[in-house]
Amino acid sequence: MPPMPKAHLGFLLALVLGGVLSGLSDRIDPYHLDVLIGVGINIVLAVSLNLIAGHTGQFSLGHAGFMAIGAYATAAVTIFLGPHLIGDTAAPGGLAENTLFGSALLIGGLAAALAGLLVGIPSLRLRGDYLALVTLGFGEIIRVLLQNFEPLGGALGLNGIPAYTTVFWVVAAGAATVFTVGCLVRSNYGLGFLAVRDDEIAASAAGLDPARYKVVAFTVGAFFAGIAGGLFGHFKMTITPSGFDFSRSIEIVVMVILGGLGNTVGVILAAVLLTLLPEFLRPVAEYRLVLYSLLLIGLMLARPQGLFTFRTHRAVPRA
Amino acid sequence: MKFVSLLRFATLLAVSPALHAAEPIKIGEIASLTGKEAAFGQSSHKGTVLAVEQLNAVGGVLGRPFELLSEDNQSKSGESATVARKLLSREKVVALLGEVASSRSLEMAPIAQRAKIPMISPSSTNPKVTEVGDYIFRVCFIDPFQGTVMAKFAKETLKARRVAVLTSVSSAYSVGLAKYFKERFLADGGEIALEQKFAEGDKDFKAQLTAVRAAGVDAIFVPGYYTEAALISRQARELGLALPLFGGDGWEAPQLIEIGGKAVEGTYYSTHYSPEDTAHAVQAFVAAFRARWNGETPDAMAALGYDSACVLADAIKRAGGTEGPALRDALAATKGFAGVTGTTNMDPARNASKSAVIVTIKDGQFKFVQSVAP
Repeated sequence: MPPMPKAHLGFLLALVLGGVLSGLSDRIDPYHLDVLIGVGINIVLAVSLNLIAGHTGQFSLGHAGFMAIGAYATAAVTIFLGPHLIGDTAAPGGLAENTLFGSALLIGGLAAALAGLLVGIPSLRLRGDYLALVTLGFGEIIRVLLQNFEPLGGALGLNGIPAYTTVFWVVAAGAATVFTVGCLVRSNYGLGFLAVRDDEIAASAAGLDPARYKVVAFTVGAFFAGIAGGLFGHFKMTITPSGFDFSRSIEIVVMVILGGLGNTVGVILAAVLLTLLPEFLRPVAEYRLVLYSLLLIGLMLARPQGLFTFRTHRAVPRA
Repeated sequence: MKFVSLLRFATLLAVSPALHAAEPIKIGEIASLTGKEAAFGQSSHKGTVLAVEQLNAVGGVLGRPFELLSEDNQSKSGESATVARKLLSREKVVALLGEVASSRSLEMAPIAQRAKIPMISPSSTNPKVTEVGDYIFRVCFIDPFQGTVMAKFAKETLKARRVAVLTSVSSAYSVGLAKYFKERFLADGGEIALEQKFAEGDKDFKAQLTAVRAAGVDAIFVPGYYTEAALISRQARELGLALPLFGGDGWEAPQLIEIGGKAVEGTYYSTHYSPEDTAHAVQAFVAAFRARWNGETPDAMAALGYDSACVLADAIKRAGGTEGPALRDALAATKGFAGVTGTTNMDPARNASKSAVIVTIKDGQFKFVQSVAP
């Protein structure tokens, strides 16, 4: 059964759903809306990291760094260029504003993709723990650079970002990420990602170029992380370099591992679960994080293969 | 550490039976109860809880008790915005109290401003916080004033002419305070002989301190937080630098002495209040705080947390209600409010203009040196 038309249909349905939800967003409780948008942004982050870490098997600890680049680039466009492009009189939520935001997101995504390309290139020579260290270092470099760069707010961060992020944008970005990553991995070309993950030497022996697959995975993954960053910034209205630190990267890695490396549906469910869990645990106040960590340990012990991985799937997915 | 829900319960119990019929006034508090800045968040939270309990013990205001809803943000960015929305939309709080750190106050501020619900930051000293909008207030002084106070202190009391500045570039607070100190010190004819940088979490400052030693200065200004300040003092003494070190309110924590030991003897910092102040209000507060929190001595964050709730209660009383715009106007009109951290006057930019206190460390104890009026 060819899965492609189904995927397209799903993508379109998600866009419609996003439009409907966005229309209703005035009636949704702002707190629920906040959590909903947080879930959406985390899905984008987790699914895009899953392409790098899950499908291609390149362990990356720098996803928050890509997110930071996207967040700052997008915010820089809307704050510094926005007023010149659409003026102060543009209707809130109007076409001009959404066009500006869409293009800004694209620029943010591309800036992050460029960074992904730059990180992808040295990763050609590294694998496993060494690559993890390089990506970790990259994330920290981005954070420290932003901390010291006064025009973008320095350590205090960038304030007064317009609140352009709506449910529609988040659902659309989530759908686009799942659609792109899903289609990419299921395509003939994309089987190469899985081959590189399963056995790099065998993949090169079969005539595949592992280096190219890794760079493509990093670039595409970083692109969507950048979009997620842009959505985050225009939702919280404030971004600080310390918000994109190592622990943010780890949060995304945990979502991917808990969902099951390479299991897109599992990763989405894990992103939803791990965003909602801390909110549900709010009543226990200071013990929240202790409980949260205990639950994580318990879940990993119970299902080391990933919470939502029910079959041992090898290199060849259902075609 | 305790369950906040238990505290809420205790808060409700404190309400006298006659008031049970009256609907409580809900106040939202956002604090870093866990995470990196938990020491500050916990102190501030304890002060606020004490204030609310005391207010309820005398029947609340307008015949209605207070209900304090506290939320944690794990000292993490992104969380404060979420909990601010939660408190505003789910709990319908009439005002928000928080945050200690300026960067997190800046996250809550646009949300409070949009909802037209007043927000009072107990101890965010960065000027940008209240610039967000006319619903954002604070009960502490701001960094330009603190920088000025320390510049004057360096020149007049320490008789320093050449000063080295060690700034933590990862903290907006530190960068801001360093800037205002330098501006004033240079304007007063002083000389900044050397500027060195570090980042929060650094453990080794020998390179910076060796440069300081080579520069031949009279004093070292360290506008950072207590952990780094204590380590810098230790390492300066190990390198044989016997110069006075001084800093801002970020030094204020018992950990300064715990980590710094003998090395922090004779260092100075500016802060919002001193528990040694003999004023009646301060002594009553210190005694009440000790009784409520197992003998703990309240620090400046606790005193400001306490004052933030009291200033709000005072404004609600004067506004005669809890409607956002009326409450905002009442807060803006706060004049001569006598709190634990001195007399609070709201200036037109919604910053409290109040005096600073300079504290030194002597024999392992914090000692009050002088009070500097604005």
